[in-house]
Amino acid sequence: MSILIDSNTKVICQGITGKAGTFHTLGCRDYGTQMVGGVTPGKGGQNVDGVPVFDTVEEAVNETGADATMIFVPPPFTADAILEALDAGIKVIAAITEGVPVIDMVRVYEKVRASDAVLIGPNCPGLITPGQCKIGIMPGYIHNPGKVGVMSRSGTLTYEAVWQTSALGLGQSTCVGLGGDPIVGTNYIDLLKRYQADDQTEAILMIGEIGGSAEEEAAAFVKEHVTKPVAAFIAGRTAPPGKRMGHAGAIISGGKGTATEKVAALEDAGIVVAPTPADMGQAVVDAMK
Amino acid sequence: MKIHEYQGKQLFRAAGVPVLEGIVATTPDEAAAAYDKLGGAIAVVKAQIHAGGRGKGTVIDDPKQHGVVLAKSADQAREAAAGLLGKKLVTIQTGPEGQTVNKVFVEAGCDIARELYLGIVLDRAAAKPVLMVSTEGGMEIETVAEETPELIFKEHFDPAVGLEAYQVRKLCKKLGITGAAAKAAAKFMPAMCRFYVDSDCELCEVNPLVITGDDQMIALDAKINFDNNALYRHPEYAELRDLGEEEPSEVRASNAGLSYVKLEGNIGCLVNGAGLAMSTMDIIKYHGGKPANFLDVGGGANTEQVTEAFQILLSDPNCKGVLVNIFGGIARCTTIAGAIIEASKTVGFTVPLVVRLEGTEVEEGRKMLADSDVDIINAVDITDAAKKIVAATGV
Repeated sequence: MSILIDSNTKVICQGITGKAGTFHTLGCRDYGTQMVGGVTPGKGGQNVDGVPVFDTVEEAVNETGADATMIFVPPPFTADAILEALDAGIKVIAAITEGVPVIDMVRVYEKVRASDAVLIGPNCPGLITPGQCKIGIMPGYIHNPGKVGVMSRSGTLTYEAVWQTSALGLGQSTCVGLGGDPIVGTNYIDLLKRYQADDQTEAILMIGEIGGSAEEEAAAFVKEHVTKPVAAFIAGRTAPPGKRMGHAGAIISGGKGTATEKVAALEDAGIVVAPTPADMGQAVVDAMK
Repeated sequence: MKIHEYQGKQLFRAAGVPVLEGIVATTPDEAAAAYDKLGGAIAVVKAQIHAGGRGKGTVIDDPKQHGVVLAKSADQAREAAAGLLGKKLVTIQTGPEGQTVNKVFVEAGCDIARELYLGIVLDRAAAKPVLMVSTEGGMEIETVAEETPELIFKEHFDPAVGLEAYQVRKLCKKLGITGAAAKAAAKFMPAMCRFYVDSDCELCEVNPLVITGDDQMIALDAKINFDNNALYRHPEYAELRDLGEEEPSEVRASNAGLSYVKLEGNIGCLVNGAGLAMSTMDIIKYHGGKPANFLDVGGGANTEQVTEAFQILLSDPNCKGVLVNIFGGIARCTTIAGAIIEASKTVGFTVPLVVRLEGTEVEEGRKMLADSDVDIINAVDITDAAKKIVAATGV
């Protein structure tokens, strides 16, 4: 098994005719993902290297049976694209777009959480079940099917972690990029529940960063409800307060959201925290001992 | 994006949030004229910088000169402005180097009966905006939260609906506001919440919020940060931006589409991805060095951006070496290698350069660098890279 997506998942791309949408649709298809269609309003009837384009998500779902989408539309239209996917009954929505106004996400978040759909992102690399289905922009070849569930607020740092766990022969069950924005559709706890229930996942690696309190909340959840080994890494121990570190959500404000607080909460929950980004793979090995 | 208090108050007034009359001045004579024009017995001269804590803050080399000064005559207003304009004001939010005061705001006085606090921020855990009020007006809200959290009262609100009338009543009860002042609050608080949403604020803070002797509610301060991601909806904000308040190298980087934050150390960092960029800083520190900056060149970095990035790093006089850490995903190592070679020709590296490449097209990228005549210290992984740059910069 795996979580959220597997070889049966049928995926469309919203914004398929844009440069990034086209590039990554073909990249995912090359990886082996069932890319069954795409949506660009006004371009229905065209195709992108054989992948059919529809005017609406509803039409794409009716014609192809798609149950997942990846969204590459520009930031002003992202909230609307997510709501359209939700309305059409899509179950896994990955919003890759960076730069969505946060107030738009307040509106979307409530609707997504009230549904049975899962929103990953925005401002994320997507998600991948190695060897079966890749939805997003991550380089597929660094992943190997295996034991570790990886979840992260950062893109390239996740690649680093994946690369380390692959090199150690552990492989990954499903890797999810949660996104670097202050409000994202799925949090660590949502995924901890799924990883805990998933047979293939034997250990969990959680990659966090400064800002907000999602890591602390996850630590409390792990302490109470997770029996599988958990390792973690927190980026931004040297980040100064009040400065946004690239991600909209990566900011220490009012003295809250520091790496020190997060590491303390994680260690208190019995989670093995990697001291440097070079030790993420080893931290998983140590947690599994 | 941050704006000045006087700009925030213009926006407040347009949104129906009560503020006092005030005039911006850039010279002592303008401040004196502003005092006369306001026509009251007292006025307040306030330094305009993008930082809080101005009232308690002092000017460098003039510890008696605070950032907010009461004036009872045109001469006193002139004197206060002269003591602030062109000087560096140090507050708890500016850091020891302070910020230069280029403008003062001369504002009418009022009869203050009570000082309260009001702030609106995004509550990330609840995924909703939250209105916070407190009886402890004029205090640092972080201090209040730390020492007397029971004196902060919160109401979340739905951005589409705004603050409901019952929520105002709850807050008034807790703040001990009754009668005409409660009626004023019933207009003030929802107007503030509406402003927060409509203006795409990230933070909107009024400290102090005052109740006057005649039961009016007035915003005596205005601290506003806008959500940068929503600036496209508000083209009019462009003229509110004060580049003089921003770090020049950070402005230059943002113009090039780079995410850059200047720090105090001496090891320049050039990395792709925000999380990896933060961790690269962390591992430099772990091995005894000090990062000079945060820099994320992004996933689609091209030669021009990488060249500009090197120029920004090397223009920092503190920079004694540069660490390039790239995990190629969509960004290919060959692109970065090509950009390094190109940048070495146009920029000319004068400090040690440690390069760690991994990921997409890594072998080709490493070969390109090896075949070039750029003087590079190669690293096999992040630990190796951090150790080598720390050694090369002689920390």
